[in-house]
Amino acid sequence: MVTRAAPIFELYGVGYTYSRKQVALDGINLTVVEGETLALLGANGSGKSTLLKILDGLYTPTTGHLRVFESDIQAVAADLEETHRFHRRIGLVFQDPDVQLFSPTVGDDVAFGPLQLGLALSEVRRRVEAALGQMGIEHLRDRAPFELSGGEKKRAAIASVLSLEPDVLLLDEPTASLDPRTKWVLVDMIAELGRQGKTIITATHDLEIVPIIAQRVVVMGEDRSILADGAPERILSDDALLVEANLIHEHLHRHATVAHAHAHEVDAHHGL
Amino acid sequence: MTTEQASAAVPQANSRRLKPGFVEKTLADISSSIERAIFSEENARKEGFLQRRDPRAKLLAFVVLIIAAGLSREWPVLVGLYGLVLVAAAISSIDLGLFIKRVWLGMGLFSGVVILPSIFFIGHRELLHIPLGFFSLTVHGDALVAAAIFVLRVCASVSLAILLILTTKWADVLKSLRVMRIPNALVLVLAMTYRYIFLVLHTANAMFLARKSRIVARTSGREQRWWIVSSVGVLMSRSLRMSEDVYQAMLARGFQGEMQTIDDYRMRPADWLLLSASILVAATTVAGGRLWW
Repeated sequence: MVTRAAPIFELYGVGYTYSRKQVALDGINLTVVEGETLALLGANGSGKSTLLKILDGLYTPTTGHLRVFESDIQAVAADLEETHRFHRRIGLVFQDPDVQLFSPTVGDDVAFGPLQLGLALSEVRRRVEAALGQMGIEHLRDRAPFELSGGEKKRAAIASVLSLEPDVLLLDEPTASLDPRTKWVLVDMIAELGRQGKTIITATHDLEIVPIIAQRVVVMGEDRSILADGAPERILSDDALLVEANLIHEHLHRHATVAHAHAHEVDAHHGL
Repeated sequence: MTTEQASAAVPQANSRRLKPGFVEKTLADISSSIERAIFSEENARKEGFLQRRDPRAKLLAFVVLIIAAGLSREWPVLVGLYGLVLVAAAISSIDLGLFIKRVWLGMGLFSGVVILPSIFFIGHRELLHIPLGFFSLTVHGDALVAAAIFVLRVCASVSLAILLILTTKWADVLKSLRVMRIPNALVLVLAMTYRYIFLVLHTANAMFLARKSRIVARTSGREQRWWIVSSVGVLMSRSLRMSEDVYQAMLARGFQGEMQTIDDYRMRPADWLLLSASILVAATTVAGGRLWW
């Protein structure tokens, strides 16, 4: 008998409109199951961040229906106990770590989540140590966030969510603005978290990291709806799809006297 | 062109360079002050006498001493108190030269200028007569003592406050405010203000630099005013957006409107000793000084 993993998120025709004018998401149908590692691929402004905020319960869909852990999101939001349980199980890492690191020290920031959930102080301390250790930033515990480098901030922001020991990790552009070394260290850490069985949804437009951090890829189109859903190998080898999603572009150049055009990843130069 | 000609041309070229505007200069100054504040955190990480003390004990001790300095009326007592501050700074690995300069060049000079006229216009005991043509100035001895007490009082208090900041991490200073029954929410607001004002200032500086890099000629006052107004608007909207994001980040980690915090401080015998000694010194400064004099 084949056992099916429990669904974590079930979205049926979910849409979101900012200020009743600007459409950020349109007709999203998506199911994410326990233990899945999913990359949400899309160009800037395709609605990836909005979708993550909806999944984290920060935004309420303006259209459609969302179920989380097999419960209606509206019912979760209405019950304080359920809301606590929800935030304990889902952690969102924002794109800008400065937004997430609002406490005077890194240690305080990592302790913030467990404290708000009303955990015992001994448990809070254990979780802080574990999260700092997992991200390899024990030495930054007493540092103020503004003293940190970009990579250190990113790790601290992830640690501040890991201390919640969530089952689901939502990562918004985790490798944005990082130097190559820090980026790959972080990618390895995300891949390791996936191997540990966490459900991870990573919003990104960095095609390089996708095969390492995800078993499944959902491509968001510029019309703010889902353009494709499949395995990384299939999605990443479909140049026409990636061009349509504005993730790569047609590059025209010359080899000697012959004009030649091919798909080219945005933000990178082939062969160099 | 000879070397002399070249070097003569340099000041001419420099004189044509655009001078920084008032707002730009002010922002750069504020930003560098905050950076200096961060730099001073390095002092707080040193292994000195005061750095090892519990921040709550330190805060209470320094507050008591600052109040005592404000209430003291005898200059020898104030000199004694200032001496103790210097000893505390020395055993806390603080650069004494820099510490003294920082206080006296700023507050000493400022309070001196403020109090200076009083030595000529108040008091009874004439000390010195200065003839100045058609009129003369008289320095009064008792006014001079009162002025010295004022300056000493200011400098002793400011020295205590600076020593507290130099030997305590800003985060610990803020957390310690809770000992004084300051509500958690207010401490959080102060901490977040300190955290984000730095970020906003950096953004403002970056905007000024971006504008400066595109300017090739002097702009009119009207244009400058328009730019400042629009920059303030942009900064305001960015700050608002950021505050919304920060609030969302708090909600995402279970924030329900009531702040829960963690303190890992432990009062050791040496901390109690510091607190007791400070109360004793403060009592001596206020009452003892009067009895002795």
